[in-house]
Amino acid sequence: MRYHQAVHDVPLLMEGCDSVEQGDDLNVRDLLPDELVRSSLKLPDLPEREVVKHFVNLSQMNFGVDNGLYPLGSCTMKYNPKVCDEIVWWETVAGLHPLQDTGTTQGALALMHGLEQMLCEIGGVDAVTLQPAAGAHGEYTGMHIVRAHHESTGEDRNEVILPDTAHGTNPASAAMVGYDVLDLPSKDGCVDVEALKATISDDTAAFMLTNPNTLGLFEKDVTEIARIVHESGALLYYDGANLNAIMGKTSPGAMDFDIVHFNPHKTFATPHGGGGPGAGPVGVKAFLEEYLPVPRIVKKDGVYRLDHDRPKSIGKVRAFYGNFGVLVRAYAYILMLGGDGLERASEGAVLNSNYLKEKLKGIFDMPYGDLRKHEFVLSGKPLRQKGLRTTDFAKRLLDYGFHAPTIYFPLIVDEALMIEPTETETKDTLDAFVEACRMIMAEDPEILKGAPYNTARRRIDEAKAARDMILSWNAYEKKMADGAGSR
Amino acid sequence: MERSKCSAQMIAELGIDSIDSLFEDIPQEIRIPGLKLPAGMSELELIREMERVLSVNQPASRWLSFLGAGVYHHFIPAAVKTAISRSEFITSYTPYQSEISQGMLQAQFEYQSFMVELTGVDYMNCSVYDASTAIGEAVLMGHRIVGGKKFLMSRSVSPERKEVARLYARGADIEIVEVAYAPETGQVDLSDLESKMSNDVIGFYFETPNFLGPLETGWKGIRDVLGEKMMVVGVNPLALALVKPPGEMGADIVVGDAQVFGVPMSYGGPSIGIFGCKSNHVRKMPGRLIGMTEDAEGKRSFCMTLQTREQHIRRSKATSNICTNEALLAVAVAAHLAVLGRAGLRRTALKNLENMRSLSKRIDAIDGFDAPVFDAPHFNEFAVRSSIPAESIRKNLLDKRIHGGVSLDRWFPELKNCALYATTEMHSQTDHDRLLAALEGVR
Repeated sequence: MRYHQAVHDVPLLMEGCDSVEQGDDLNVRDLLPDELVRSSLKLPDLPEREVVKHFVNLSQMNFGVDNGLYPLGSCTMKYNPKVCDEIVWWETVAGLHPLQDTGTTQGALALMHGLEQMLCEIGGVDAVTLQPAAGAHGEYTGMHIVRAHHESTGEDRNEVILPDTAHGTNPASAAMVGYDVLDLPSKDGCVDVEALKATISDDTAAFMLTNPNTLGLFEKDVTEIARIVHESGALLYYDGANLNAIMGKTSPGAMDFDIVHFNPHKTFATPHGGGGPGAGPVGVKAFLEEYLPVPRIVKKDGVYRLDHDRPKSIGKVRAFYGNFGVLVRAYAYILMLGGDGLERASEGAVLNSNYLKEKLKGIFDMPYGDLRKHEFVLSGKPLRQKGLRTTDFAKRLLDYGFHAPTIYFPLIVDEALMIEPTETETKDTLDAFVEACRMIMAEDPEILKGAPYNTARRRIDEAKAARDMILSWNAYEKKMADGAGSR
Repeated sequence: MERSKCSAQMIAELGIDSIDSLFEDIPQEIRIPGLKLPAGMSELELIREMERVLSVNQPASRWLSFLGAGVYHHFIPAAVKTAISRSEFITSYTPYQSEISQGMLQAQFEYQSFMVELTGVDYMNCSVYDASTAIGEAVLMGHRIVGGKKFLMSRSVSPERKEVARLYARGADIEIVEVAYAPETGQVDLSDLESKMSNDVIGFYFETPNFLGPLETGWKGIRDVLGEKMMVVGVNPLALALVKPPGEMGADIVVGDAQVFGVPMSYGGPSIGIFGCKSNHVRKMPGRLIGMTEDAEGKRSFCMTLQTREQHIRRSKATSNICTNEALLAVAVAAHLAVLGRAGLRRTALKNLENMRSLSKRIDAIDGFDAPVFDAPHFNEFAVRSSIPAESIRKNLLDKRIHGGVSLDRWFPELKNCALYATTEMHSQTDHDRLLAALEGVR
């Protein structure tokens, strides 16, 4: 075992800091009415040196793609070129205010307009909005477009259908736009076309699908699915989380999807930042363009401007124009790779995934078809015989310096391990991962039950967190004052 | 091992002829002949191209700017960039494996702690996208708690945010009903609020400072009128360094934008939405929550908690669809507040307040100008009325390389010839002098 994470005892910034009464040091009372003046504020007053030490030491107790393999299925944890991160700190990016006169932001608008066109080509769609702030937010935007479309034709359709392998955000997004959600059970890991026919009706507003799906299988009946959906008068929605598997080979548009969201932070070089920020541009076929959020970026006589006058638009999903900083990274990444480079990226992702799958399928069960795209799902069922669960295996992987795969998703696979190696890992890394898996399976089950050992913390008690509900330093102090937390 | 050799070996081990056979499950009729995009470029070529495209921008930060309206130009200490440039933070994801993600988890817990202290609520999530979507989420959360069909919203809320809230409301078939502001003070018009109350009202959203600049002083009256209904308050968290927090004034939900703490303006995004609430509502909250706990050896540890509210567990019954949030920016916020410290934060806020006072007085002294338009306490932003259209002043200032205030009459026809000016700690006396000279010149 070569890995050992740093272990620091880093006190909380608030720790030991007193609640200070104010009103004395600053002449706030001359400037604000008494009833508005704050009476106390508890924040630390640390030297900068201590603050930097604090965050650097914390960072050492955090694992990212730059530390090692992070095969978190569906999340596409690939290495991103550093130059893309550098550019967003340029003043010509970071220093722009969204309400500047557009005469002074022509570069930003040109970039966004250019990115929209690139995404149209990659997605096979006719128009793109960059406004949504994340993938789920893109889904949410897409579902509003679905609703606007059906309302404009006077149709009352209140259901959205999605496969039982769908990402959790899909049903949540559809529900937030007021739709009833119908889960469609899969057949052999793919959409059950007969079941779809039986389920779809005049009430169906849309069918949401990601292709390749979350098992990494390409939905080969997608053309038939599109026909069924469109004949029923519903729209077909593409969850772009897995677009990184097919760039240049096919596109959502070629598969006849009507609405697509992109995940620039997965597909095009924005590191995930511990959970965000991301972005969630949405592309549509021409007949839906009028519903896209305002403002639209338009170019006339070589000049870009923001057009707010779109009477059929759904409105706005976020203030201003989107997560510009993330979009700049995506633009830079696409330019750097070019059309061929993007296709090579997809090929690399699929090759790595299939290679790793071949090596691992002897160790775990692998339900459903063999040829996978960018990710694959194994079942940790063999662990059960040893009295173990997938989570024990996942925790033990951390000791070997690998982040764990996504576990217990998709729900149709028992003890699921969802693995996405991405195109940026070498064969050596994949081989080392396979070797670690093999070694772990040969270990005494008790070792796995106690894992991890080499991380900043040993197995963490999540149930206690939910019981104690200490979600801030103030809550902790209150709890201590009221008597100790539960054990 | 070389990359090409690597692939060749894997292809050989898979027993296939080429990578193409890994794509044979994609039917021919939906294949595309590659991507019609330009050829790739080297890092150096990329930098040159990006410079070419972006150099035509004239950033507000470089010229003199009085733009605000939800996004503000503040000083960001270098140490903030140091903290959030750590590769281990940047390249990690949602801390599903808590044992190996303690750094991010603790930093997010610290963000939650700072925000709880500043706003005075019991619980804070570790971010939503921005203030506008936070309001949308608050409308939906209020609906989950009290039911109802109408959500009241002050007219003095940012038009951008109002539009987003309206969309979120529409998804749940909730109607947004506007409540007037008092024309003299720009604050909530209590009698109008009272007249719009009914059984099917979910709650009321207002901001302090509001979009037009005034801070709200009529808290008690609003709380009384609302009774059991949701009081949702939007804040500029920097103002809270000096101003009494909404948690102490009876707010049920507090939202806002923490972009003011260490996050560049970046043309409006990414920014970071604040979302917090009182303790009795925590299980109805959207977004991720980080809790304190222990590991197997009894060491203090952090992990995500109450995940059964979230989409990856609860699917269509989740409190929100949010997954990706603004985690890295939460680290920036925590680092920013820590670097400034209590004293530094209060000094910064005071500088904003003083600048507002002094600039508004000086503009008011110019013939043909009236500032602030509203008779109320303000923080760092205020409305200015002029004898000529605000839009012509804005254009005139632009010629002098000054980004003047945002014209208000396009959203508020009743505020003819009015513009919204923001001034922060970034402005020196000389900067104000320059604006005043320019305004003298255009009247």
